[in-house]
Amino acid sequence: MSNAVTNAPAAPSPVEKIRVKVDGREIEVPKTMPDWQGKPQPTTMLQACKLAGVEVPHYCYHPKLPVAGNCRMCLVEFSTPMMDPATRKPVVNEDGSPKMARSVLPYEPQTPRGAIACATPISPGMEIHASSPATKQMREAVLESLLINHPLDCPICDQAGECKLQEYSVQHGQAASRFVEAKVHKPKAVDLGPRIMLDDERCVLCTRCIRFTRDIAGDDALGIVNRGSYNTIASAPGRSFDNNYTLNTVDLCPVGALTSKDFRFKMRVWFLKETPSVCTSCSTGCNITVGSREGVVHRYEPRENDAVNGPWMCDSGRLNYRWIQRPDRLDTVKLRGAPSDWAAATSAVVSLLRGAPKGSVAFVASARQTTEELWLVSRIARQLGALTDSVPREGEADRLLVSADKNPNSQGSRLTGVSFTEMGVTIPEIARGIEAGRIRTLVVLGEDVTKGGIDAALLARLENLVVADILPSPTSEAAHVLLPGCAHAEKRGTFVNGKGRVQRFQKAIEPRGEARAEWEWLQEVAVALGAVEPSRSIEGLFNRMAADVPALAGLEWARLGDQGVSVPV
Amino acid sequence: MTKVVDRSPLTFYERTYLPAILEGIKVTARHFARTVKGDNTAKDLSGGYYPETPWKVSEGYRGAPYLVRDQDGATKCVSCQLCEFVCPPKAIKITPPGPDGPGADRSNAEKMPREFEINMLRCIFCGLCQEVCPEEAIFLQRDYSLTGLSREEMVYNKEKLLRLGGVHAGVQKWKHKAEEAFAQETFPVKAG
Repeated sequence: MSNAVTNAPAAPSPVEKIRVKVDGREIEVPKTMPDWQGKPQPTTMLQACKLAGVEVPHYCYHPKLPVAGNCRMCLVEFSTPMMDPATRKPVVNEDGSPKMARSVLPYEPQTPRGAIACATPISPGMEIHASSPATKQMREAVLESLLINHPLDCPICDQAGECKLQEYSVQHGQAASRFVEAKVHKPKAVDLGPRIMLDDERCVLCTRCIRFTRDIAGDDALGIVNRGSYNTIASAPGRSFDNNYTLNTVDLCPVGALTSKDFRFKMRVWFLKETPSVCTSCSTGCNITVGSREGVVHRYEPRENDAVNGPWMCDSGRLNYRWIQRPDRLDTVKLRGAPSDWAAATSAVVSLLRGAPKGSVAFVASARQTTEELWLVSRIARQLGALTDSVPREGEADRLLVSADKNPNSQGSRLTGVSFTEMGVTIPEIARGIEAGRIRTLVVLGEDVTKGGIDAALLARLENLVVADILPSPTSEAAHVLLPGCAHAEKRGTFVNGKGRVQRFQKAIEPRGEARAEWEWLQEVAVALGAVEPSRSIEGLFNRMAADVPALAGLEWARLGDQGVSVPV
Repeated sequence: MTKVVDRSPLTFYERTYLPAILEGIKVTARHFARTVKGDNTAKDLSGGYYPETPWKVSEGYRGAPYLVRDQDGATKCVSCQLCEFVCPPKAIKITPPGPDGPGADRSNAEKMPREFEINMLRCIFCGLCQEVCPEEAIFLQRDYSLTGLSREEMVYNKEKLLRLGGVHAGVQKWKHKAEEAFAQETFPVKAG
């Protein structure tokens, strides 16, 4: 977590500003800027250009990795104010402006000397010629050299479409290769680890993957072997590149050298619809982009959010999407085992809740449900005087992103009052109530309670068991009213992560069969019972919830944005 | 400029519709006479009547797109899906091999479509698939009359497209790449 959080913009301490010129336009930039660890370091030319809105092409530089300066793609021409060697005073033109000295080769004053923008600090009065003819020529030359041994197998490369080599070739490259000799052939389709495939021919040796795994993941597994044009990325002998963060190197790789085995040859990236969402594998709530096409989720990718996950996410979370497409997903509404429809099922739920004596109803709502759904559950429960709780889900944490709490919305469950701070304490009480015959109606959302403290024998004692779930389980099989639910990728809503970040996620694909977002029928039930006023959309529902839940006071759906808002928990 | 159309009412003779009918009979009779004499333009073009004698198309004709094999019999398509992307009527549907799909015919090409379908009811023979193909794997060929008894039958699958497409000899870049790589691996050891 260290890096992800500390990389947030540094506290607004007064930083000295210096004036530089980028492409002839003068701008004021801070003298120091946070480096990959968030420590203030002298501002580089690349950062100054970025602040000026000028894009400098680069491969090896990454704002969240140590600077290596080896790809040379960011070479730029620059000038500095001329100094009189004798007086150490700036030389001025006749009009009083400082005389500028272009950087040139010392032994060849006619030839401009570029500097790598990613590692060269700016100095007062410096002028960066980010798009001068000399800079363009340097870029073209570097790109041509990088392409010398590149196999140009874009048709079979998974990176095609999101490849920096392709993009820069279009912007700065040449139409035809001047290279007539045979290209150096290197190993292809190398099995680097359980989730990573390496193609050495495509590699531009930027070492982003090496720096990531050494400095961020803390697993010094990769390195470069061999010499000259035979340079190849390799894992340490006898070791597999198998830590839980390997797939980030696939995102980092600017070319198609490192590709995901999971996504290999699955879909061309330009077909993927990108939907901002949140990972559901633990309470960290990493921001993700869901890549889907025609109703099929093909991959998750981390979405940068410095307040949560930085630009990274763990492999286990990233690969945890296949259940959305499981063929045994629940997709039919069932009433006492027979196929039914939503109108009948909802009115059945309303009538059995309305007629229930106080204290005879209990709710177990998963902390995998959205905050809005949990709030509706808590409102209905308050109306009925019912017990509520969520099922805790514990696992192992690591030092980077993985949390021990495997529920994505534990805090949402606590904030809305569905569960107490210690989650799951009410469940034994519910079980005792069923045992004693006090609780005769149980509503379960998204949990298999037979694994969570209420076994099948107890479920059989219930008069009414209402289950809304995504996948079949012993609980859903015992249900009297079965309502097929939606995965997070199929609906909209918010999760509150372990640190109290309220984050919204959008709908990527259509729900399966008759499945409907749980908040829709929960709201119908809640409105029928007089527990809430109806809202027409998730926006309205969120705003209504924010007005009711003290911890969310003042929040609005629109204000959450794609990065979320932190609330005290 | 305005053209004034004569809208004067029909005369009694015209209102009997007889002149129009007679004019029609004249046209029919003319064609009948020509056909009996064997003097028919359509027949002249292809030496017979369509469909008994199909229309002969010229060399550069661009009809239905089919997949081709190279001279070694290997499927040339590498499932890059550019044709699927460019296809204006969305007639092409490719199922990529995925991580555990079947390997390619040429092992260093790594990739081959698991399924390749062209819906010939949608296809407009525009030729963009051929133009965009980086592997010279799909060509508009000389078939123009595609018929079937159901919609499903008109969706040509990979096997059918390859069978209809035949062989297209090309530069065989993957073969050359493999040979070049092999030569570098074995250098400088020379057998014998």
